[in-house]
Amino acid sequence: MPSEHAAQLRETYWRENRRWMLILGAVWFLVSLGCGVLWVEPLNQIQLGGFKLGFWFAQQGSIFVFIVLIFVYARVMARLEKRLGLGESEA
Amino acid sequence: MTLTETTYWVVGASFAIYILIAIRARAGTTQEFYVAGKGIHPVANGMATAADWMSAASFISMAGLIGLSYNGYGGSVFLMGWTGGYVILAMLIAPYLRKYGKFTVPEFIGDRYYSDTARVVAVICLIICSVTYVIGQMKGIGVAFSRFLETDYETGLFSGMVIVFFYAVLGGMKGITYTQIAQFCVLIFAYTVPAIFISLQLTGQPIPQLGLGSTLADGTYLLQKLDQTLLDLGFQEYTTSVRGSTLNMAAFTASLMIGTAGLPHVIIRFFTVPTVSAARTSAGWALVFIAILYTTAPAVAAMARLNIVQTLQPEPGQHLAIEERPQWFRNWERTGLLGIEDKNSDGRIQYNANPDTNELVKLDNDILVLANPEIADLPHWVIALVAAGGLAAALSTAAGLLLAISSAISHDLLKRTFMPQISERQELMASRLAMAAAVLGAGYLGLNPPGFAAGTVALAFGLAASSLFPALLLGIFSKRVTREGAVLGMLAGLTVTLTYVFQHKGIMFIPGTQFLGDMPPNWFLGIEPNAFGVVGALVNFAVTLGVTRVTSPPPPEVQALVEEIRVPVSS
Repeated sequence: MPSEHAAQLRETYWRENRRWMLILGAVWFLVSLGCGVLWVEPLNQIQLGGFKLGFWFAQQGSIFVFIVLIFVYARVMARLEKRLGLGESEA
Repeated sequence: MTLTETTYWVVGASFAIYILIAIRARAGTTQEFYVAGKGIHPVANGMATAADWMSAASFISMAGLIGLSYNGYGGSVFLMGWTGGYVILAMLIAPYLRKYGKFTVPEFIGDRYYSDTARVVAVICLIICSVTYVIGQMKGIGVAFSRFLETDYETGLFSGMVIVFFYAVLGGMKGITYTQIAQFCVLIFAYTVPAIFISLQLTGQPIPQLGLGSTLADGTYLLQKLDQTLLDLGFQEYTTSVRGSTLNMAAFTASLMIGTAGLPHVIIRFFTVPTVSAARTSAGWALVFIAILYTTAPAVAAMARLNIVQTLQPEPGQHLAIEERPQWFRNWERTGLLGIEDKNSDGRIQYNANPDTNELVKLDNDILVLANPEIADLPHWVIALVAAGGLAAALSTAAGLLLAISSAISHDLLKRTFMPQISERQELMASRLAMAAAVLGAGYLGLNPPGFAAGTVALAFGLAASSLFPALLLGIFSKRVTREGAVLGMLAGLTVTLTYVFQHKGIMFIPGTQFLGDMPPNWFLGIEPNAFGVVGALVNFAVTLGVTRVTSPPPPEVQALVEEIRVPVSS
């Protein structure tokens, strides 16, 4: 069984992890189901080059944001693991 | 060299590469056969995942679905749904299952829910999703062969089976991974080259993603022109035509997203990387590689649609004379993907939204990608490349699905449930036999597609979303959820989704057996059957959590397992 200190570290890790999931998950929801579906009509009033903005989010923008979200998540988790010493030992 | 000869050379060369890889990447242990020895670099795994993911449907049909059937904006559900799932995978599923560190998805469900029943229910869900999905791939292989190589459908299907058999049975996950990387390169090249040419021709912009937002030769924006042209013909505006209702679009997108995150053949790809953090970055790379095709597809959709409309109607009110139709048009008429009927006998083709006067009576979705190189008048080798690309997409997805099916049989059913005493060598042999049987079974279903094959997408995604995804998610994020809850939840999700699809589409999709009729007024809140997975998932969550409340908590070792998979470090 992990010691009390280790258990505390794990708890911190999990709390931070859930916090990041909530933040990034909110962005994920806003750009796809939000900008791409729910608010597409008002956004379409804005023109981005040859695109209506809502249409652009639905067909391109959301996908670009998804990529950024995954890499941001990977980065913050790797840092968090390093800080708390909970990462894998290099194989 | 004729077009057919060139195509034989290009496709033949790509197949030779796959076989060469298969010979070099044989699997010697069950660990290599199931998870490629867990030694795949995250970028390489990202590429393999992209090929695993992008099926014959993504490659051949998706642009047409967006550009024709869903008339533009409505098709966004596929674009967002089939990419957004990767964010869920990267944050909520892949890292923890990688940490768990075993071989299959049902294995996790069986261990987490401390029950062979849960394992077997998960195997059943997996097999239903994967088998319906693989039928579509086998059909894709047969169709691609028969259209480009002028073989008959059966010969094409057999050739594809032989190739898959070779590398999947010999190499398991290891062989599949390296061939998928090669297949990704072939398919992405084949998809983007014609798109770049068509974008250059229409807008002068070589990057199709930017071309979609650029101006045409006459100075108007491409999308504006397309909107106006379609409105004039009586269609809805391209950039705003909603599929069903806003709620239906949201449900459809959400179903595809969580279905993606619950599909076993995608999840097991993340078991092949060395570490938990590699599983996260690998999901990012997978989405990068997928996005190359998925952001090109909407450009291809709009540009090819505009090309077709302008071919038929060069100026408003002017219609193409039947005698003057271009060669590619005649070529694709022969395949039945295009069809005209001169209803008013004026010798010209009227194309519009009114079924009574529209004379382009057949316009298949697949035509947008398949005929693209010819419409843009590209050289033979590009057309040959599209054939090789379509085959690569179908073969790579088929192989991934077959591995998910065969490992569920040899590992979960045999080793973990019914014959735990078999040795590793025997299990490896069993996994090869299961793979061989799966290839033969898929081939049989490809030759005799059952009636429900048409509903493949609906079923595979709906079932993954409503049965496996909630069980995985709750298994990771709750220590309290019990086996009774999970088993009943999976069964409830499965039943609700199947019932909804069957009642509108027919039992096993047999026409005439639907008891509510397939029409919007009968849909629950206006949600179409393809979009129902998310409702099934909600039912699953509700049942699982409800039953959990009244059953006794999981044993301490299971709660310890959940603690353990949440952090990368091993204690």
